[in-house]
Amino acid sequence: MEEKVKQTPGKIVLSIIMGIISVAWLYPIFMILINSLKTERSISTSTIFKLPTAESFNGIKNFAEALTSQGFAQAFGYSLVITVTSLVLILICCSMCAWYITRVDSILSKVVYYLFVFSMVVPFQMLMFTLSSTADRLNLDTPFKICIIYLGFGAGLAVFMFTGFMKTIPVELEEAAMIDGCDPLMTFFRIDLPVLKPTIISVAILEAMWLWNDYLLPYLVLDRKKYTTIPILIQYFKGSYGSVQMGPMMACILMTILPVIILYLAAQKYIIEGVVAGAVKG
Amino acid sequence: MEKAVKQYWPIFVLPTVAAFIIGFIYPFIQGVYLSFCQFSTIKKAKFVGLKNYQYALTDESFFHAFGYTLAFAVVSVILINVIAFLIALALTSKIKGANIYRTVFFMPNLIGGIVLGYIWKTLLDCFLSIIEQPLLALNEKWGFAGLVILMCWQQIGYMMIIYIAGLQSIDKAYLEAAMIDGANKVQTLFKVKIPNVMSSITICLFLTLTNGFKLFDQNLALTGGEPAHRSEMLALNIYDTFYARSGKQWKGYGQAKAVVFCILVIAISLIQLRATKSKEVQA
Repeated sequence: MEEKVKQTPGKIVLSIIMGIISVAWLYPIFMILINSLKTERSISTSTIFKLPTAESFNGIKNFAEALTSQGFAQAFGYSLVITVTSLVLILICCSMCAWYITRVDSILSKVVYYLFVFSMVVPFQMLMFTLSSTADRLNLDTPFKICIIYLGFGAGLAVFMFTGFMKTIPVELEEAAMIDGCDPLMTFFRIDLPVLKPTIISVAILEAMWLWNDYLLPYLVLDRKKYTTIPILIQYFKGSYGSVQMGPMMACILMTILPVIILYLAAQKYIIEGVVAGAVKG
Repeated sequence: MEKAVKQYWPIFVLPTVAAFIIGFIYPFIQGVYLSFCQFSTIKKAKFVGLKNYQYALTDESFFHAFGYTLAFAVVSVILINVIAFLIALALTSKIKGANIYRTVFFMPNLIGGIVLGYIWKTLLDCFLSIIEQPLLALNEKWGFAGLVILMCWQQIGYMMIIYIAGLQSIDKAYLEAAMIDGANKVQTLFKVKIPNVMSSITICLFLTLTNGFKLFDQNLALTGGEPAHRSEMLALNIYDTFYARSGKQWKGYGQAKAVVFCILVIAISLIQLRATKSKEVQA
């Protein structure tokens, strides 16, 4: 985006205005950061906007507290397990399914495809109760088993985006591979999967953003006495207002968003491309 | 080749379709059926015909939630799109630091609804107590404003990315032609830029509209429907009908509301499909 262009006064002013807005944009995250470093007594409605002083500075004690006694480490672990397992399942199963749907031209393929597309539109509240009771009956209430539900629920977007791209891969390539003795499975993994890489990255990013932040589905499906994810933990904290320790809470929030932000800064190019691809096709 | 592929269906489609049936098809059909029943658990469902719908469509709280959602959707759609488009315009005009600003504006989009709600609840409550106003839980006006601010913060970056992609794909020849013809900046904007990013505008309008209508996490975390269900949007109203009330009639009412809500969201999507298709023909 940035080329060497002459900076007119107008452009410089515009750049400064954007800079000021950017700083304001980051303020809420900054507020979490400064308060996560303060002692409990120094976080109140009147002092929340103030920087930590030598007196109110608490070092990393809030973080230690959050990690040890607030259940943050476990929740982080469960969130990670659910996100990664579901993501791997969705990427492998849905790309295979999408390939079959595009290559086998039957009425059934079409019906299945349109059902997937339809599922993207339906709001979660429609399935909320019946889905959680189905999951209950099938005992899908652990972090690993919940991934089966995520595969079913996340399939719509994934299959839709994969089929969109599959249609552009020439069939001749696959036919040649099959004549050379590849079975369909080998053909898919050797020929199609490598070409599919950019789409896989886009789908992975869109689904990961949803999986990591999803609140209601795991809240209703997981066995709540044993397993919490990060969004559930934070909502639960908020519910017990008054008795909440603000310092560790701020540390929890910071530790929740920091990994995501670091990942974003590292893979920004892919994330932004993924978002554009998803939006244009969705 | 098709024949050979067909034989492999248990490997290729079965896992996804099986999970899809468990996670979507079966609950969906059951959900439609249960909206005609009175039930507290699925086994004890009793068919009651249209009674649930009768209740849902005369329920004052549901209507209030509908009006509130509509108002919220309209305000947030306009604000988000106007601001996102202006920022996209600024960032594509070759100013210094455009890449950094783009990175910053998109960032809040990565934070989940519950966490966002919590951050803004803390921030706004402290701000309100400093200006000596009632807190969010007791403050209908600020609850609404808070939701709008939160949504803007979260979504402007996302829409900005789509607008930037749209603006950058405009053929440079058009812009040069406009310059040679002596068009000023405003004319270039309205006569060249905006008509050429109409498809991005349609996408963003509908994305923000459906996001607004389906909003749940942010609503739950920021206001929780307080004060007295006055800041409750449709999704939260349905959730509340299901889980926050005791009595065997409520789950049926909730399911009927959910079906109405679902039809509403599908209708918006169908209009969107139409709009996108007609734009494609023009282009």
